[in-house]
Amino acid sequence: MQQYSILNLAKHALSGHMRWSRTFGGRKLRKRYDVIIVGGGGHGLATAYYLAKNYGITNVAVLEKGWLGGGNTGRNTTMVRSDYLLPANADFKEFSLQLWEELSQKLNYNVMLSQRGYVSLACSDAEMEAKTQQANALRLRGIDCNILNIDELKKVCPELDVRQNTRYPIQGALYQARGGIARHDAVAWGYARGAHNKGIDIFENCGVEDFIINNNRVSGVKTAKGDIMADTVVVSVAGSSGLMAAKAGFTLPIETLSAQAFVSESLKPIINQVVSFDTGYAFINQSDKGELVMGGHMEPHNGYHQRGGFDRIENTLSTLVTLFPFLSRVRIMRTWGGMVDNSMDGAPILGDTPVERLLFNSGWGYTGFKATPASGWTMAHHIATGEPHDLSEPFKLSRFRDGSLVDEHGTGPYPTAY
Amino acid sequence: MLLIPCPWCGERHESEFTYGGDATATIPSGDQREDTEAWYQFVYERTNPAGDHAEYWHHSYGCSKWFKITRNTLNNNILDVPESSQS
Ligand SMILES: Cc1cc2nc3c(=O)[nH]c(=O)nc-3n(C[C@H](O)[C@H](O)[C@H](O)COP(=O)(O)OP(=O)(O)OC[C@H]3O[C@@H](n4cnc5c(N)ncnc54)[C@H](O)[C@@H]3O)c2cc1C
Ligand SMILES: [Zn+2]
Repeated sequence: MQQYSILNLAKHALSGHMRWSRTFGGRKLRKRYDVIIVGGGGHGLATAYYLAKNYGITNVAVLEKGWLGGGNTGRNTTMVRSDYLLPANADFKEFSLQLWEELSQKLNYNVMLSQRGYVSLACSDAEMEAKTQQANALRLRGIDCNILNIDELKKVCPELDVRQNTRYPIQGALYQARGGIARHDAVAWGYARGAHNKGIDIFENCGVEDFIINNNRVSGVKTAKGDIMADTVVVSVAGSSGLMAAKAGFTLPIETLSAQAFVSESLKPIINQVVSFDTGYAFINQSDKGELVMGGHMEPHNGYHQRGGFDRIENTLSTLVTLFPFLSRVRIMRTWGGMVDNSMDGAPILGDTPVERLLFNSGWGYTGFKATPASGWTMAHHIATGEPHDLSEPFKLSRFRDGSLVDEHGTGPYPTAY
Repeated sequence: MLLIPCPWCGERHESEFTYGGDATATIPSGDQREDTEAWYQFVYERTNPAGDHAEYWHHSYGCSKWFKITRNTLNNNILDVPESSQS
């Protein structure tokens, strides 16, 4: 594999960067593989990479309907953190954050992780108490997390309007210094390059149309490019999870909604953290290009249309202006949407399904980008060993039947329980 | 932004309504009342189609009636509005 290094960069500069070798692709689709991964988003590609790296399983194909990272991976607001209350969620996200911290080195690919700090604002005594409980729970598990009072918050985030005569007077915040953002596309491309170099085949424009199932055991998939056989099939298609489950003959506790995000024109550095406002639900961070990246509530109704309504944009922006008054003069450049697969308790659905050797990695909804490394890691474990990883075991589909829900916010059973 | 056709008030802006979800999920009744599998399906399972979706809406900031429409989840076209499906 061609290493990316300062030396190679200098060398290729001499030939005008025209001679870099391609990072993936160019292989021929075969008739059978040990493992087929459906969906070339971050999760599918990370699964492929860790299958090869951790278990030496390389007779694997990743089949992507569109282009790599063109789903939610390339559409999300890239917030990475591990400040979850429930042990199952916190441990999974913390393991993921640790993988993030070494990812650029391990992949030899800059995923531009920027641990600039995650600030989650509280606007009432009750919210302050809930966040304090959350911070304490995290610290007991050895995960870093602080509570900031207004003075401390003002130092961390000077642009924030902390006056007490506003619509939502801010009381303080939960703060995770290791939280931050990463470069969405780079994560998909870095894992793809790593998997490809270890011998895994990746095909774009190769959507899976159906499964080949005999005696309740999956033996392959049907694509426009023909049938492809496999011992194990892993489905990692985010918003399309319900459609894929229907093809395999079962129904998931998942609904697909549209979540949108938007960016402003580029500004000089002004918001140096990831700031999230739970009272009205809106969040903001500034990309390395200078654009302010913003999002808020998803559309309330089911949707596969990858766009959102104007009233959500207005609602999110008016909320953010109350936090950062300078925003009122900033212009929005682009808006877009993604299809998010929301489960009925707000947690992902990972692992075994009613069909043998057909595994699903689904239900990540609005919160799965941060989980990409750990999701690939644990899914690879499950494929290779036949058993769920300790970290993914709580997220099995059967939890909805036996009542062991992972309901972080205790608001289910609704698809907006994130 | 959607224009939701309330069978009583006519087309109104989406922000006047609350979405009530999949209208094909039905509360187990009769023989099924003791059937946990039927409850599991009602509470959790959703067919989640990409296409026509029968769904409830509540005209919360209007006449406060519940009603049912069919909406296409791919393009948001609203297909049919049965008159006074509930009252
Ligand atoms: C607006 C928005 C903001 C978000 N913000 C955050 C955030 O700040 N932090 C965070 O942690 N998470 C966030 N998320 C959630 C996060 O983006 C997702 O959970 C995560 O990226 C999912 O990755 P994935 O690889 O599972 O799915 P995707 O990246 O969607 O990949 C699935 C792939 O499957 C392909 N596919 C679908 N059907 C088929 C088929 N039949 N055959 C072959 N391929 C198929 C799709 O084309 C797609 O490329 C956000 C999501 C959205 C939409
Ligand atoms: Zn009405």
